[in-house]
Amino acid sequence: MDIQWDILAEYAPFFLKGTLLTIGLSLAGILIGTVLGLFIGLGKMMKNKFLSLPFGIYITFFRGTPMLVQIMLIHFAVVPLFTGGTNAIAAAILTLSLNSAAYIAEIFRAGIQSIDKGQMEAARSLGMTHVQAMRHVILPQAFKRMIPPLGNEFIVLIKESSLASLVAAPELMYWGRAMQGQYFRVWEPYITAALIYLVLTLSLSFILSRLERRLATE
Amino acid sequence: MIEVKNLKKSFGTNEVLKDINVTVKSQEVVVVIGPSGSGKSTFLRCINLLESITDGHVYIEGIDITDKKTDINKVRTEVGMVFQQFNLFPHKKVIENIMLAPMQVRNTSAEEARKKALELLRKVGLEDKAEAFPDSLSGGQKQRVAIARALAMEPKIMLFDEPTSALDPEMVGEVLEVMKQLAKEGMTMVVVTHEMGFAKEVGDRVIFMDGGLIVEENTPIELFDHPKEDRTKAFLSKVL
Ligand SMILES: Nc1ncnc2c1ncn2[C@@H]1O[C@H](COP(=O)(O)OP(=O)(O)OP(=O)(O)O)[C@@H](O)[C@H]1O
Ligand SMILES: [Mg+2]
Repeated sequence: MDIQWDILAEYAPFFLKGTLLTIGLSLAGILIGTVLGLFIGLGKMMKNKFLSLPFGIYITFFRGTPMLVQIMLIHFAVVPLFTGGTNAIAAAILTLSLNSAAYIAEIFRAGIQSIDKGQMEAARSLGMTHVQAMRHVILPQAFKRMIPPLGNEFIVLIKESSLASLVAAPELMYWGRAMQGQYFRVWEPYITAALIYLVLTLSLSFILSRLERRLATE
Repeated sequence: MIEVKNLKKSFGTNEVLKDINVTVKSQEVVVVIGPSGSGKSTFLRCINLLESITDGHVYIEGIDITDKKTDINKVRTEVGMVFQQFNLFPHKKVIENIMLAPMQVRNTSAEEARKKALELLRKVGLEDKAEAFPDSLSGGQKQRVAIARALAMEPKIMLFDEPTSALDPEMVGEVLEVMKQLAKEGMTMVVVTHEMGFAKEVGDRVIFMDGGLIVEENTPIELFDHPKEDRTKAFLSKVL
């Protein structure tokens, strides 16, 4: 195995662009997924079984099917249905958002339900409304507990964003595949991609553990 | 002040309260005793609707809280509650625990709320703990903060559910002392407790509950020294 450094040098700018898109896709996915996930999580917690059912189905579907299937469906079927054409980046962001929303909804629900019910009772016994109690008593405590699993989900999302290469969104893995196609080399592109993913996920878990430690001492 | 009429409460098919009738007058201190599982907590929690009521009526100052049109949040501001497990908000400082509800519910300014909170902390002897977090306090201190927090809403009635049961014995006294002071100031109180000394000293009336019913009800002296019912006698012989 002799590494051809010159083709790596040639592809370096593409890997850089791809890495930026990978970060962008993951960030967009986690941000949109968090907002959506909060609503879906709250929806699933509704007492009325009929109203909470659709949210339960949503979560079951997105957690119970492969993301590869989801991205194909969204790229080739859902996006064209609404826009008349395909758009790889839009499909990738949509898939990552919808998929992570399902996991984040469950993280929210578990976080909220992990707070002792005496907290809600104390707040309500003081005359606070359910919304006030949620906002000032339950959610601040729940958020703290949700940071580790949310960080985990973010790391998973960075890795899963590589599936976007299969619908030709020019992220990191896409350029790895392009390099293999052009030079019929496998070690250079995929080791490089693996190392870059590793740097991304390790940096993120480093930041998260710092954040957790800071919140723990607060 | 409080009027409970034919109160019934079931959890599923388990009837926990069976036809409870109680009247508590203004400035009265009523102590509720009874064996574990007799429905004491459930009774107390029905008075501020932390438990939904299956049947019957509860009137707080003439307002029927079982009426769907009643604004329960408004009623709850008049009825403070102190829990066995304190239920302080761990992410907020002691003073913030006390300021939160007045600011949210009554729109009291932060300045005003802080002033009032410090006053209350002085009253329970914890002025120096204002900026501490609840986790750094002892059980007795936590419970005194919880009492101050409830008082911040200036309630007309205070409910206590075994406020000293989770405390180490040496801390029971400091909490009872605060409660006695409250009683002396004329607060209307319903207290579930096993502290018979407290019941005798400040209780105007003692209610003995068993199996979801009020078995006997009398002044502390009469009930403790001359219980009429066998069940009361059996219970008292175990706890006294
Ligand atoms: N949320 C609930 N769901 C189902 N059953 C409940 C619930 N809360 C209380 N119960 C039942 O109601 C009965 C009375 O409970 P309650 O807590 O009122 O008793 P208690 O007199 O306060 O007892 P203790 O002295 O142990 O606090 C018990 O049998 C209990 O199992
Ligand atoms: Mg109880």
